Amino acid sequence: MLYKDIDFTLTAGNILYVQGANGTGKTTLLRTLCGLSKPLRGTIDWCGTSIYALNEDYARDLLYLGHQAGLQDDLTPLENLAFLLALAGEDMDDKQARQVLETLGLKQVLHLPVRFLSQGQKRRVSLARLWMQNALLWILDEPYAALDTEAIRLLELRIKQFSEEGGIVVMTSHQALAMQTGQLKHLSLDNSFEH
Amino acid sequence: MSTLNQNLPMHKLLYRVFMHDIRVALRRQSDVVAVFFFFIIATSLFPLGTGVDQKLLMAMAPSVLWVMALLSCMLSLPRMFSNDYANGALEQIVLSNQPTILLILMKIFAHWVLSGLPLVLIAPVIGLQFNLNTDALIVLAESLMIGTLALSLIGSIGAALTLGLRGAGILIAILVLPLYIPVLVFGAGAVGAIAIGMSSNGAFSLLGAVLAIALVVAPVATTFAIKIALE
Repeated sequence: MLYKDIDFTLTAGNILYVQGANGTGKTTLLRTLCGLSKPLRGTIDWCGTSIYALNEDYARDLLYLGHQAGLQDDLTPLENLAFLLALAGEDMDDKQARQVLETLGLKQVLHLPVRFLSQGQKRRVSLARLWMQNALLWILDEPYAALDTEAIRLLELRIKQFSEEGGIVVMTSHQALAMQTGQLKHLSLDNSFEH
Repeated sequence: MSTLNQNLPMHKLLYRVFMHDIRVALRRQSDVVAVFFFFIIATSLFPLGTGVDQKLLMAMAPSVLWVMALLSCMLSLPRMFSNDYANGALEQIVLSNQPTILLILMKIFAHWVLSGLPLVLIAPVIGLQFNLNTDALIVLAESLMIGTLALSLIGSIGAALTLGLRGAGILIAILVLPLYIPVLVFGAGAVGAIAIGMSSNGAFSLLGAVLAIALVVAPVATTFAIKIALE
């Protein structure tokens, strides 16, 4: 057993910031919230219904970005994003996609296979979905990893904006959050951790 | 900023998933081409090794071509999901708001187009080396058409079960080869029957039955195995 007695409720606009030392199960918790892993005991509800009963209806509202963001090395950023958005049932608007990638500083690498991009650039490509995909709940595993300060600033702005629009964010990060918003909640796994 | 994306109808989405795999394979041709050439070379060794005995060669042809098709398909199995598993795309497929089973079925179908279909197309040419007559060559292609699709479907279960394991390649062989036996028996049986002037209808019916069963069972089992692998 990794942890017990975790209980929280998030409402529109909330940002849950999951903290904990390495190995305390932050990623496991996020994957459980997505429905990828199942908890031994307990329930996870979305709008009052268990996520296992909702299944695809839950998936429609969810956007999950894990450590591995599902980028195919041999395809370009645009091709990758078009595929990931298609999985969410959306037909990518090409113009908007280019705009978002330009904002994220990827104009020069639009036509390069992702293989040639740096870690930070790959991260930016996968994060571009946050500007393009319809969702009510974001579950972000270490979204700041490998990003430079400018990208972190853009991402924080986007998260704040999403929260103000009524979106819910669950995220982990090692670094202290610079964001100042009343909607921020903290969850520390250090105390729930079972040794 | 609100999104400008349009909703994607189901059939277009499935087509995108299919084309995604095809596109990746075309950018990384070596994988597909290697399996294709393995089939050509391995099957061509038999006429060279058998020498002048044409009767023996003709009698061997159905089983040799079918066993090699089976091994070629198996060689390409580890690739079916492992790449997507490693880069996280499989997670996104499972978390998609569309039925996972249909998306997986598209991936299996793409795998067949990339590994099975080329064999169907080249097999009649190779069959010429074995002195097979025209009827037998046609039946060979037809039986491979049905058979390799069944191989991809059945193989997907093995590919999914061995995701993330070390030495997955050899494990897939052990898991999947026994399940391939019915396809081999009926596929080679169809070609063998026509080569000696008998009807191949019976073998074809049974091959079709195997495909029908695989089509029902394999996507369910594979989806289930993938979800377990991702847990």
